[in-house]
Amino acid sequence: MRYAILLLDAPYTSQAVHSALRFTRALLAKGHVVDGVFFYHDGVHNAARLAAPPQDEPHLVDAWAELAREHAVPLQVCIAAALRRGLLDEQEAARHGKQGCSVEPPFELTGLGQLVDLGLRCDRLITFGP
Amino acid sequence: MQDETRHGDLLVILRHAPHGSSWLKEGLDVALVAAAFDRRVTLLFMGEGITALLEGQQAGPLGQKGTAPTLAMLEMYDIDSLLVEKRGMESLGLSDEQFMLPVQGVDADRIAELLASHALVLNF
Repeated sequence: MRYAILLLDAPYTSQAVHSALRFTRALLAKGHVVDGVFFYHDGVHNAARLAAPPQDEPHLVDAWAELAREHAVPLQVCIAAALRRGLLDEQEAARHGKQGCSVEPPFELTGLGQLVDLGLRCDRLITFGP
Repeated sequence: MQDETRHGDLLVILRHAPHGSSWLKEGLDVALVAAAFDRRVTLLFMGEGITALLEGQQAGPLGQKGTAPTLAMLEMYDIDSLLVEKRGMESLGLSDEQFMLPVQGVDADRIAELLASHALVLNF
């Protein structure tokens, strides 16, 4: 089946991100297609490039990036929700006159229209939230 | 008001009150974007989300824009399927004369049908 994941919670806050990661990995292991993971609401914090958890804890941001690189799963971040919360890629940082950026590939800033498209073209959209 | 048998592409469920969090605002944003891309959108207000419909709301003291102006724009986006959970209305002691927009009350069976009949359901 063709799946999409919608993640609405920030990392290191609740179980939602761990569950979403494990569920996504389980789908891929079963041979399903994951057409994209969309980060919205507080979920945009999963794209924080500067996240630096203690070394003996799981690095959730890196875990998404690894998953994307291994399985070519697009990681789409709502641009409006991200900008409000200080999550800017290089292009947006330049546009807003900010030094440095807090989002980098494989995470990509995109519009909410992408969430609707993703949800409608997949067989299932599974939401993880607080 | 659209007829009951017409099934939309997207059902957005709104369960949070307007001012305490960004859930309602971010849920409505998805609905507006989907409608702008010509998707048929149904809004279902449940639980505390029903309070979003109350007439006479202001932006509030926290500098938010409030969600009432967004609700007032729904018609412009051709979002005319506005549903309210009957049980939620009863438990909050609200009646539809208190709402800023015409809405249709739905019971639990109808909600189950709505969940089954929409291609995509997003829950905020």
